[in-house]
Amino acid sequence: MNRTVDRGTLTIAYVVLGLGALVALLPLALMLVSALKTSAEIVANPLALPQIPQWQNFLRAWKDAELGTSLLNSVKVTGLTVVLICVTGSMAAHALTRQRARGSRWISVYFLATTTLPIQLYLFPLYFGFAKLNLVDSVVATSLIYTAIYSPFSIFLLRTYFLAIPVEVEEAALMDGAKPWQVFSFITLPLVSPGVLTVAVIAGLNTWNEFLISTTFLQARTAQTAVVRFYMLGGQYSSDWGEIMAAALIIVAPMVVFFLLMQRRFIEGMASGSVKG
Amino acid sequence: MWFLFPALLINVLIILIPALLTVAMAFVTWDGVSDPTFAGLDNFRAIFADQVFFSALLNNLKWTAIFLTIPIIMGLVAASLLLIVRRGRTFFQIVYFLPAIIATVVTARVWQGMIYNPDTGLVGWLRIFGLHLDDPLAHPSTALFAVASVDLWHWWGFLTVIFFAALRQVDVSQIEAARLDGARYFQLMHYILLPAIRPTIGLMMIMTVIWSFLAFDFVYILTQGGPAFSSEVLSTLSYRYAFYNFTVGPAAAVALVISLFGLVATVFYIRVQQREVQS
Repeated sequence: MNRTVDRGTLTIAYVVLGLGALVALLPLALMLVSALKTSAEIVANPLALPQIPQWQNFLRAWKDAELGTSLLNSVKVTGLTVVLICVTGSMAAHALTRQRARGSRWISVYFLATTTLPIQLYLFPLYFGFAKLNLVDSVVATSLIYTAIYSPFSIFLLRTYFLAIPVEVEEAALMDGAKPWQVFSFITLPLVSPGVLTVAVIAGLNTWNEFLISTTFLQARTAQTAVVRFYMLGGQYSSDWGEIMAAALIIVAPMVVFFLLMQRRFIEGMASGSVKG
Repeated sequence: MWFLFPALLINVLIILIPALLTVAMAFVTWDGVSDPTFAGLDNFRAIFADQVFFSALLNNLKWTAIFLTIPIIMGLVAASLLLIVRRGRTFFQIVYFLPAIIATVVTARVWQGMIYNPDTGLVGWLRIFGLHLDDPLAHPSTALFAVASVDLWHWWGFLTVIFFAALRQVDVSQIEAARLDGARYFQLMHYILLPAIRPTIGLMMIMTVIWSFLAFDFVYILTQGGPAFSSEVLSTLSYRYAFYNFTVGPAAAVALVISLFGLVATVFYIRVQQREVQS
């Protein structure tokens, strides 16, 4: 369509798109620049570059937000959730596409419906139940909640991958005497590994960033995730924005790097109907 | 079929059973310690007697109206312009998508400190142009819109990428033909592009309605529903009833009301999805 677009239209298009990029990048640029400034510099002019980069903002942020502990907690919760979702999600997606039994349509509808429920509809009994069972502050219990919340989207995404594999591939293996779980693990799963990777990336991103569940279920200082510790940091030392932005940068950096490396997986995964943060 | 079992078991234990308990909780009085007693519709009467409930409901409706229009228009404009340009498409898509992957708490704090704060943010910096603005989060008349703006920033780029992916599927010869016939941008949008991606726009609008009633993070982090409950939405109200006032019954009742709005949109959503699966 480019051939018929005149220069004027093209210029306007680039100006508007450029403005959009500015809107998207300005807050992130402010975060980056402020992370290296003193409080006085930020007050003087939020847009100016730092005189001398204040690297100690990062040290203070690391200490005050206890990022050593909290980042490790985030890694644990995220890692466990990703493993649980990939395993249970791919099994369920396989069952729903290949081992179609009666009622599987209704199970799909059920999974779809749970993605649209407010967390508040199950949060309170879940919290009191977990408190009774001493499961508050437990990484495993919290990962199970994330698995429940994020697995429906994973199942639907993986379903499309399973549908793309010819049934004959699996049938041939079954004819040769392989057991169903062998066919699933050694033949089907490797074929859908791009889908599993997409699911892992999106589930990982969502878990890493999630706030409501983690602030409710991981309350002890030693159990809090980085995002929750960061939230507390803003409440405690709300005047030291240099430090807060440094902590923000540390938390956001792994996801941004991941995103730049694997944009297609991110976009594909989030477009396939994941949860809005 | 046992392959379904682990995922289904986790889902039922974490979501279905607690959800059914919440439905039951909406009809009992319980302080979290002593035995619950049946209360009929008392919890619903309690929330309907609370003025904040109606202002929160109204805020959810305003939120829905904002998100059904502004980000969808921004997304459609940006996506259609991406179709016109050829160079830089990937760059713009990456940049637009970036806000969607930043944690909500981080996004909220960046806006709070570096944009809205009258001492340290851009709002304060405007004083060098003689504009003396106060923190928009601190005023009842602007708080909700200030919070919604943050969510807008976080959201519109995602829509752009979705709409662009849909627009790319539109038959190029159709677009070429329209342009040769002298169609201008608005005519092209109106007659070719928008009708072609109607299913995507429709789906995103249904999801917008569902998500607008679930909105929680930005409100909770930025204003806690304040000042004077002016930015309270149903989900933060429900959370406050349960964990601040320790009144689980009303919290459950509010959660049911949210679900009711979600349910209507969900039925719609499932029907659309099934139609897409079949086609």
